[in-house]
Amino acid sequence: MSEVLDWLRSSPLLGVFLTLAGYRLGRELHERTGGHALAQPVLVAIVTVGLALWALDVEYDAYLTGAGIIGFFLGPATVALAVPLHRQAHHLRELALPMLVAIPVGAAVSIVTAVLTVRALGGGDTLQRTMAPKAATTPVSIALSDTIGGLPPLTAVLSIVVGILGAVAAPAVLTLLRFRDHRARGLAMGAVSHGIGTSRALHDDPTEGAFSGLSMGLTALAIAGLLPLLFLVI
Amino acid sequence: MINGLLWLLACQLAGEVVVRALDLQLPGPVVGMALLFVLLRWRRPSDESPTIRAADALLRHLQLLFVPAGVGVVTYLTLLREDALPIAAGLLVSWLAGLVTVAGLVVLLRRRRA
Repeated sequence: MSEVLDWLRSSPLLGVFLTLAGYRLGRELHERTGGHALAQPVLVAIVTVGLALWALDVEYDAYLTGAGIIGFFLGPATVALAVPLHRQAHHLRELALPMLVAIPVGAAVSIVTAVLTVRALGGGDTLQRTMAPKAATTPVSIALSDTIGGLPPLTAVLSIVVGILGAVAAPAVLTLLRFRDHRARGLAMGAVSHGIGTSRALHDDPTEGAFSGLSMGLTALAIAGLLPLLFLVI
Repeated sequence: MINGLLWLLACQLAGEVVVRALDLQLPGPVVGMALLFVLLRWRRPSDESPTIRAADALLRHLQLLFVPAGVGVVTYLTLLREDALPIAAGLLVSWLAGLVTVAGLVVLLRRRRA
């Protein structure tokens, strides 16, 4: 039995299988709950795989020998994000100036307030760098975290959580603050809660969803450009 | 499909080479994304083109692709517990500040123009 387990721990098969199985379970749960924002397939997958690794006593590095094969495709998938951005780009003309000001300023505000809040409450430099890119869509935030010296896995989870926060709470907060314009609402949701917020926006209103998607793509680029510059001054 | 995947990988490759050659503090795939965006605006391929189809196929299960990175959080559970307050507060404050800034600025700038 221990021989079988040893083989399993060192085989790439385990990582690939667990990742796919966890994701499959997550999708199932997402469907069964009628697409509830809390039942994000990725979150369910992370918890399931984490528990399985703990139960089978498999190290994270050993898991990566297989899971790394799946993770590799995150690179080309990040490049592929240009396609939805391209599809939404015609909306840019409708609202060019407000958008070209609000999105970079919003990105800067997200980064600076994240870093300063963590710092004020005693979080170290690495944690500040981990928190800084979290408003970008998860594939981009993971890559940015790695580039600026954060902890990419933690940034991934923070991005997912901030996405869920947006899907659950952003519409209510925006309504409470009397933001009724669908375009302004969509742009704000995409800027802070990326893809997960966008799926909620799409569910509420097609215009809100389109602008949220556009905002998510532009925000990812704005955060990528601003991060190294802002870290020189804050 | 192969052609489409090749285009995506070529953009990523170009991005990775550029950030290293110019010593930029940017992830290669993000530069690759910007590059592909410029190519798409210029060439305007149809939805049936291999690149678009490969991109849509990858993005359909985008969440699957960052499960491996996310699982790494199991190695930081102690840090999560010890720094729970700065993490939770940082997340909430920055999320709210970003949300209000963007919505507020869009409304303000539209009103000024009108």
